[in-house]
Amino acid sequence: MSTGAVVMMGVSMVILWGGLIASALWLRAHPDPEDQGGAQG
Amino acid sequence: MPKANREQWGSRTGFLLAAIGSAIGLGNIWRFPYVAYENGGGAFIVPYLVALLTAGIPLLILEYAIGHRFRASPPVAMRRLAKPAEALGWWQVAIPFVVGVYYAVIIAWAVRYAGFSLGQQWGADPDGFFFGEFLRVADGPGAPGGYNADVALPLIAVWIVVLVLLAMGVRRGIERANKVFIPLLVVLFGVLVVQALLLEGASTGLDALFTPDWSAITDGSVWVAAYGQIFFSLSIGFGIMVTYASYLRRRVDLSGSALVAGFANSSFELLAGIGVFAALGFMAVQSGVAVDEVATSGIGLAFVAFPQIISTLPVGANLFGLLFFGSLVIAGISSLLSIVQVVVSAVQDRTGMGRVPAVLSVGGATALVSIAVFPTDQGLFVLDAVDHFINAYGIALAGLVMVVVVAWALRRLPEMQRHVESISSVPLRIWWMVALGAITPLVLGWMMIDGLITELTVPYEDYPQWFLNAAGWGVAGGALLVGIVLAVLFRNREVTSVDEDLEEEERNGAKAAGAEEGGS
Repeated sequence: MSTGAVVMMGVSMVILWGGLIASALWLRAHPDPEDQGGAQG
Repeated sequence: MPKANREQWGSRTGFLLAAIGSAIGLGNIWRFPYVAYENGGGAFIVPYLVALLTAGIPLLILEYAIGHRFRASPPVAMRRLAKPAEALGWWQVAIPFVVGVYYAVIIAWAVRYAGFSLGQQWGADPDGFFFGEFLRVADGPGAPGGYNADVALPLIAVWIVVLVLLAMGVRRGIERANKVFIPLLVVLFGVLVVQALLLEGASTGLDALFTPDWSAITDGSVWVAAYGQIFFSLSIGFGIMVTYASYLRRRVDLSGSALVAGFANSSFELLAGIGVFAALGFMAVQSGVAVDEVATSGIGLAFVAFPQIISTLPVGANLFGLLFFGSLVIAGISSLLSIVQVVVSAVQDRTGMGRVPAVLSVGGATALVSIAVFPTDQGLFVLDAVDHFINAYGIALAGLVMVVVVAWALRRLPEMQRHVESISSVPLRIWWMVALGAITPLVLGWMMIDGLITELTVPYEDYPQWFLNAAGWGVAGGALLVGIVLAVLFRNREVTSVDEDLEEEERNGAKAAGAEEGGS
């Protein structure tokens, strides 16, 4: 693979998969009122 | 008789998995890789990300907000927004009816192909096998000349599974199914991608997909392709997310959930791109040709190119086939559930019909049309034309009309923004208003005009005009007409307000608690 392709594959992975991980962690840190206490979700 | 309380998701995670299951469909696997490859390769990530953040996620939040604020499927939710908007709501119900009818048959083909991949039963000519031996497609559009039981039987099975899951309800059917489907899809497709990456030539395919062509960024059509991909892959524009959000509890993080759903959908697309192009690279190296000669998308990719790849694999061909077609089936069914649920939910909300009768009547009607039309020798032509026109002049046009109506005609974006921000963790600020008030309508409007000019210049796929008038313009226009007619029919049937609904549910809850205490 060319350097450009490797870099862009890495950038795409970091942005999209990183975005998913970051948004999932953010959501987890902000539970809905009903979800607090570990009853749901 | 008191109205039954509205169903609810069991948890936020359950809702998110269902929303992600709806968004991840066939388009993620067979459309994104080719669109990215054709539109700048690695450089496509720039317009793609901009489209995701300025149209995809903002629209997702708007649909969540409408469904959640007005606690109903599109016709009632839109009517609660403004009485004349009910027609838009019904239009957004007619569209998923049409999509569901043909979407199911592609899942049925994938079911059959999961079986065919054991021993590679398509033989040495996958193209001839698919169009000839399996589908027995007619020479061209015309009167139906034969009915194909090989397609009809798996199609009936797909509909039985979907209708049973829908009849089980939002929490026990849709939510539970997605809690199994989504992790299973990720595992199956993940194993497939690893297997594809180990093939000779995989790096050649990835090189073709990710090598950036930076000049593409200045090309307007590349931006239109990026917005189109985001729009069509997120299940927005035809009432699905309005319906799913209507089953959420009163306090739920809407903007945070939309970010997770949007990025999850794009993450899976990227994974699909890697898997598909690694496999196409292998195919190119085996055939001694360049990747651009084997790169394709859609039905041709799934049912012709992939069988060819599977037949050439040195080891693990059966497993690879099962993983690929199994992934298509799971991704397809989780999307089909959400598509049909819009129709079922709308009928329940507007007529007061119970869930099971609604599933049996409208879900059953959708299934009957699907089973009657698509196993015929005309099925593929009808599917191709209906899919093209309902996407462009159904889903995209209804999405455009919805944004213009909410943002400009009714000027209700500020109210929606206040609703989202009062319960969410991610503030929307000016970004959301600009995205929905200006960027999204401009881009969707441009896409519409651009597509229309092409349509009027060159007939789609060179089909005869009478056929395009019937299966293309006729079906897309018919969906709009049905929306208007149903809105007229229901115009005098008032809907209760959200507050009245909530009060009644509280009374029902109190009565049920009282009865329980009295009985214990």
